Amino acid sequence: MSEDVLVSTDWVGSHLQDPKVRIAEVDVDTSAYAQGHVPGAVGWNWTTQLCDTVVRDVIPKNKLEELLGDSGIGNDTTVVLYGDNNNWFAAWAFWQLKLYGHQDVRIMDGGRKKWLAEGKELSTDAPNVPKKTYTARDPDDSLRAYLPEVMDAVKQKSASLVDVRSPAEFTGEILAPPGLPETCQRGGHIPGAKSMPWAKLANDDGTFKSPAEIKALYDGVGVKGDKPIIAYCRIGERSSHSWFALKYLLGYQNVKNYDGSWTEWGNLVKAPVEKP
Amino acid sequence: MKAEEYTERNETVDTWPIHIVTYRLGETYYCTIDNVDPGARFARAEGTTREDAERVALEKAQRYLRQTRRFPTGT
Repeated sequence: MSEDVLVSTDWVGSHLQDPKVRIAEVDVDTSAYAQGHVPGAVGWNWTTQLCDTVVRDVIPKNKLEELLGDSGIGNDTTVVLYGDNNNWFAAWAFWQLKLYGHQDVRIMDGGRKKWLAEGKELSTDAPNVPKKTYTARDPDDSLRAYLPEVMDAVKQKSASLVDVRSPAEFTGEILAPPGLPETCQRGGHIPGAKSMPWAKLANDDGTFKSPAEIKALYDGVGVKGDKPIIAYCRIGERSSHSWFALKYLLGYQNVKNYDGSWTEWGNLVKAPVEKP
Repeated sequence: MKAEEYTERNETVDTWPIHIVTYRLGETYYCTIDNVDPGARFARAEGTTREDAERVALEKAQRYLRQTRRFPTGT
């Protein structure tokens, strides 16, 4: 299964001219693309192009259709995503493309970091891509958890909650990753959640560990795919990375990303919080 | 164009572990710093020399890390 959704940097290097493939870079650092990118890749800004810029939400359907069409992506295009920070926002984009039903989406294993470290070719040229018409499906909410469902899962113990933030965020020692602004009022985690930091799923070079290694990690905290899984982090991008691993590398069927995550839960009045 | 003189190393700033990546693209050196755990990039800079890029990025990293508060967890 992982061969269908994870491609290597070498695979990408050999498909730069493939008209059936469109490569897109999505970074935390929105200036990175302009420094140099995989030749022919389009760049998507997660802060303006992969979200609703008024309401806190994913990109609206019509905006996604516009973005993909302008990026030369049709419904039958193979989309390969990559980015910095171990593909955090590439995974976020992957999740959104799956929400809207795109069939063939893949992630370049290791992301931007591995491409640079390997000394592969970079370009600063904006690609000249022919526009296409893209028709998205209605969003598939079986991939997304909203607050009421998470609250119900806590009360009923009906799902495995996976907190993929760092241990210090999980315990409430810090309210945000070190060096970043605090974006919640309370620290801790959703009651009953298991801690499985996203980084445990990755090798030093940014690639994913093997499915067997990832399965062993989740088995170790009692998350075995025998009941629904809801992954969360702070704003939903790290949990997209873990959601991807759970759903596409391990093949667990019922996995949702709670993109409201801790910036929602940790700001709610009277929401139950577990510490440490 | 390729990334050249690519280096990675870990350091500690004000008790926080950080990971520093520096490379050159053309005539410009780029330095990015992440916080190791969870691995979020939070400071970056560029310069005409490696030393300049790293110095500015490290100054930013130190400034941002000093704003990070630790809270008791009861453990």
